[in-house]
This record gives sequence, C-alpha cells and structure tokens, in this order.
Amino acid sequence: MANMSQAIRMALHYGETHLGVKEIFGEDVGPPLGGVFTATQGLERAWNSPLDERGILGAALGLAWAGSRPVAEIQFVDYIFNAVDMLKLCANGRWSSGGRWGAPLVIMTPTGSGIHGSMYHSHSFDSIAAKLHGMKVVCPSTPIDAYGLMIAAIRDEDPVLYLKPKALLRSKGEELIPGEPADEKTLRGMIDAPIGDRSKWKPRWPKLTDYAVPIGQAKISHAGSDATVVTHGRMAPICLDVARGLESAGRGSVEVLDLRSLIPYDWDAITASVKKTGRVLFVNEETEIANLAEHFIRRLVDEMFYELKARPRLLCGKATPGVGLAVNLENFIQPQKTDVERAIAELLADPA
Amino acid sequence: MTAARIPDLYKKLGAKRLLEIHRLMVRARLLEERLIKMSKGGDGFFWIGGPGEEAFNVPLGLMIKKGRGVDHDYLHLHYRSSAILLAMGADPADTLRQMRSTAADPYSKGRNFVNHYAIPEWNVTPVSPTIETHYTTAIGTAIAQARAKTDAITMANGGDAGSAEGDFHSCLVWANRPALPLPILIIVINNGYGISTPVSTQHGERRISDWAKTFPGMPGATVDGNDVAASWAALEEAFAYVRKERRPYILEARASRLYGHSSSSGANRVPEPDCIELFETALARRGLVKPAQFAAVREREAVALDAAHQKARAEPFPAPESAWEDVFAAGLPPSYPTKGGS
Repeated sequence: MANMSQAIRMALHYGETHLGVKEIFGEDVGPPLGGVFTATQGLERAWNSPLDERGILGAALGLAWAGSRPVAEIQFVDYIFNAVDMLKLCANGRWSSGGRWGAPLVIMTPTGSGIHGSMYHSHSFDSIAAKLHGMKVVCPSTPIDAYGLMIAAIRDEDPVLYLKPKALLRSKGEELIPGEPADEKTLRGMIDAPIGDRSKWKPRWPKLTDYAVPIGQAKISHAGSDATVVTHGRMAPICLDVARGLESAGRGSVEVLDLRSLIPYDWDAITASVKKTGRVLFVNEETEIANLAEHFIRRLVDEMFYELKARPRLLCGKATPGVGLAVNLENFIQPQKTDVERAIAELLADPA
Repeated sequence: MTAARIPDLYKKLGAKRLLEIHRLMVRARLLEERLIKMSKGGDGFFWIGGPGEEAFNVPLGLMIKKGRGVDHDYLHLHYRSSAILLAMGADPADTLRQMRSTAADPYSKGRNFVNHYAIPEWNVTPVSPTIETHYTTAIGTAIAQARAKTDAITMANGGDAGSAEGDFHSCLVWANRPALPLPILIIVINNGYGISTPVSTQHGERRISDWAKTFPGMPGATVDGNDVAASWAALEEAFAYVRKERRPYILEARASRLYGHSSSSGANRVPEPDCIELFETALARRGLVKPAQFAAVREREAVALDAAHQKARAEPFPAPESAWEDVFAAGLPPSYPTKGGS
C-alpha cells in the first residue's frame, strides 16, 4: 500500500513515460534527495533548480509555452508568496492573450499544518489559490486520489496548482493504486531510494496504468443522511474518522464530501448532499476571514436558503498571523479532531 | 563592438535593406504617434510604447528566426517593442485594434493595454504589464531549446529600471547554470529613466551589461541604440554568439525615450536625439537616398495607417459576455459562479 508521496512519485513516472512530461524540477527535486518529501525520487526527468521560487515558476510557464508539460515544485507553499506574480501570469495568460497562449503546467507544493512546522511550514494557501482565476486547484487526501489527480493535472490544458497536504504525505490509503503491489515492503524495495549512497540506484517501477480523477469532481467518502461535512486535504481523514465513529456509535449519519478540487469546485455535489441533509459544516485548515468556504456558505444561502434546516457552519483555522510551534498553540489555532466532533454534534443538535 | 566595422555595414547591407529598415522605422514611429494621438483624443485609453527605439528594434525584428516551436526564436517582450513586431511583419491595424480595445484585437480581445502582443504562430509570448517577469519565463523556453538540436534562441528585452527586479537576476543565474547553460539573448534598453526617476540616481553599475562580468566567459556589450548601423552590428554579433554557443549574452542599448514613459506622464515629445533623423542624415550623407524619398515614405505609410485606423474605428467592442471566454481551455464548468455576487 503506497503512501501519498509514493503515489505522487508513481503518477509522475507515468507522466514522464506516457504523458509527455519533459521536465520535473524545483529545489532538491532531483538526485540525490528526490524532494524533501521524496515525491520525486528516482524520476528520469527530475532535476535540481536554483533556490528561486520566481525563477521556478517562470521557467515552468516558459516550458509550458514550449510544449514541455512541466511539473514544478515549490518546496513549501509557505514560500510561494514571493512568486504570486508568476502564479497570476500562469493563471491569466490564456485570458489576457485572447485564448491564444494556454499554459499546461503543474505546480505542486506541500501545504498546511500538522508537522510542527511553526511560522513557515504550516501555511495554507487555498483561499489565495482560489483567487488566481484561470488556475485550477486540487488537493488530495488519499494516495489513490493523489495519483489520479496528478495524472489529470498533467493532462489538463490549464495550469494546475496541486496542493499536497504535508501531514498526509506519509500516510497510506485504503485502496490500491492500479498496478501497485499489495505488499508495501515490496513497493518500498522497488521505488524507495536506499539510505546512504544512491548514486548507482535505479528504481524498478510497477506496471502503472492511466487512472485519472477528473478535476472538478468531489467524492463522497462516507455516505450519510443527517448532515453534510464538506472538507478536503488534511481535514478529510479526520472528518471521515469522526463520521465513522458517530455511525458506529449510532449517534448520527454524517455524509463526508471530500472536495479534491477547489477550483473548479463541485458545486453540484455540495448542493446535492445539502439538499438531502439540510445541514452542512465546512471544515478546512485555512484561516477565517475570506476563507473559501465562506464563499460556499454565501452561495448556499443565496441558492438554497429554504432548504437549509440549520445555519451552515464553518470550522477552520483561526485568523492569527501564523501557526505557533508550541503544541498548545498549533492545536488551538488549527482545527483538531475534538473540534470536528464538537462542531458536528452542534450541527446535528441545531433545532430545525 | 568595433567601430571600424560600422561604416562597412552600410555597404554590406546595401541600399535595399537600408531603405527597408528606414521604412519600418517610419512605420513604427507613425504608429506610435498615432497611438498617442488616440490616447489623447479618447480613441482608446492608456498609451505605452517605444518611440525612440526603432533604430535598435527594427534590426532586432529582422534578425528573428520567426515561427512556432523550439526550432524558432522565442520572444519575451516588454511593452516598447512595436518596432520589433512590425519588422517581423505584424499589421499596424492590429495594434490600432488593441489601442481601441475592439473585439477584433488579435492579441487580447480588447482586454489588455496597447503594445501587449501575444502571437503563438511567431513564438511571441504574452506581453505583460508586470515589469521584468518575462525574464523568468524566458528561462523556460530557453531550457526547451537547450535540450533540442536547434540554433533557435530565446530573447528577452526590458528596461534599465526593470533590471533592479529580482527576475532580471533570476534570468542571469539560470542562464549561467553550470548544469545547463541557456541560449538567451538578454537585452536591456537603457533610456535613462524609470518613469520619472533617473537611472543615475538608483543604479551604481557603470553599465548594466557589466552584470555579465559576474559569470566567467559571459559576453556583455553596450551599444548606441540610436544608431542603426551600430545596433545592427551589435545585434548580429549577439545573435550569432547565442545561436552558436548556446550560452547567454547581455546586450545593453542606450536609446531615447521620445515621448516619456507613457500617457500617464503626458506623452509629449522630449528633446532627445531622434534615431530616424540620425539615420536619414547618415543615408543622405552617403548619397544612398535623396531627402525627397524620405517624405514619400512617410506619406505612403501615413496613408496606409489612416486607412487602417478608419477601418478599426468602425469595428465593434467586445460583447460583455466575452469576458467568460478563455478562462479555462474547455470553457466554464456549468456551476461556475458568474453572477458577480448574489
């Protein structure tokens, strides 16, 4: 069973061998490290760039124009802020050129908290990313979705910002990626670089297949009828866990919708679920104030006011200038499992 | 650049080529002056452009290996490049369309400022109002060309003030990576100003091209961009080096900015040397052209420009709903929010 980093690595290998990806690059992306989270280990086309986020994104855009289908990495999303200009150019080029210059490229970057990352390894970028109109934004929560979204992102004719939840990169899923050996030790032996000298090492790739998760399509990770939880990324497995716990305790049937794509978002899936349950909680790691889910709530109020049984709710990061390192601070600032449990309990208890 | 080579260039280029350069310079100047007039007369909004850069930009445009894909030159341009585009064969009428923001503006469908070109058929990547970001996009097309078997190159041009931006230095660093040196011709047009700020008050570099000295073996040159022959020779040398060596070259051209920064600073003629006058004097002195011919060229170009302008004035503006075109390659998803609120 692959973890998320291995899943991304396998998708990138599929991309470089089958989908025309000619360049995979960023800081420490090439050998010997293969990425600070090992997502690019052993790839033929992976190489190390200068420590220059603007240069990385500019290079990616130029490579996209030249037809190289690049995948570029920003080592942590916390360091993408000095390159927002370049993100905007990736996003607006098709529109500004009257439809004549598209930018098929993927920018992948670890996002969010949960690794004791303090000020600059805990940021989320979802809401800012959602305002780069013309850019697609995806964020998986399981290895199989990580694989399928990367395949879809590589193939897309639009630029795709691929957010990798840091805290989930080492986590395993419940479904095998098509072609992946079932035994995780076998997989590790095939595609993980050895500790120590790697100069002669070459990966043995499993026979992978073209499995894509369509961009813009959410997934019901747990079906339910009493309330809807809309989430993504690092918060998705936490919400799923809580929903399963409530169900087995007979305390409520909660539907968990994993968005997977933030832009375009699956509005039809959100409205279909809310129509069914009449109650909705949005859960994400981004801070309050112009949180993307605040847009969803406004739209629900506009379009489904009379179908809501209770006020829509949001559980998200607190609007502090950063995430504090002390465990008490991080746990206070970022939503935790107990917060999700409490928020769902309150939602279920809200009088209709 | 050897000054001795320059007089020979008039002979080498020959009357036909010299007159072609002259005609294109006049065409570019008349176009820019028309754009300024349009901006002042309400026939369009903001103006920014490159009057004063014709002596450098026309030769540059004529040296481009024009076409699509890595086997042709990529251009990453700033907004003073009209003379390059006209030398490559662009229709002045299309620039007028962009100035008026008409639906038929082929570069942006009425969305962007004038002189913001985007021509995939000629590898002209989208010109952006942001300063210097195109020096980083140049890295990408140059990587693709460094991997290919081709003599095609990437060129980026910008201004003296913009060379303070990190993107300019990103371009220098990436172009000189030992792991993969890049075939980029880095051009800086030094007109002495960033909007109202004299470059001499902000830049301690003796010459902007001296940045080349940081990198072992990287050539850098500074040329009089008001002089056609000197510009031709410098560009020929720079293009030849990058095409053959597959390594970067920095060329600084000192040129006039004849109408100031843009319409925001009035767009009035300033007393700086005029490269067309200088070129005409040089041509006449060598007996290559009779002064009357210059007037005839100007007249012919003006008539053609008038006709194009009349046509553009009759063209419709973009439909409001066209704002939803080109957001995504495959169109908008059905549930994309399009109301602008509740």
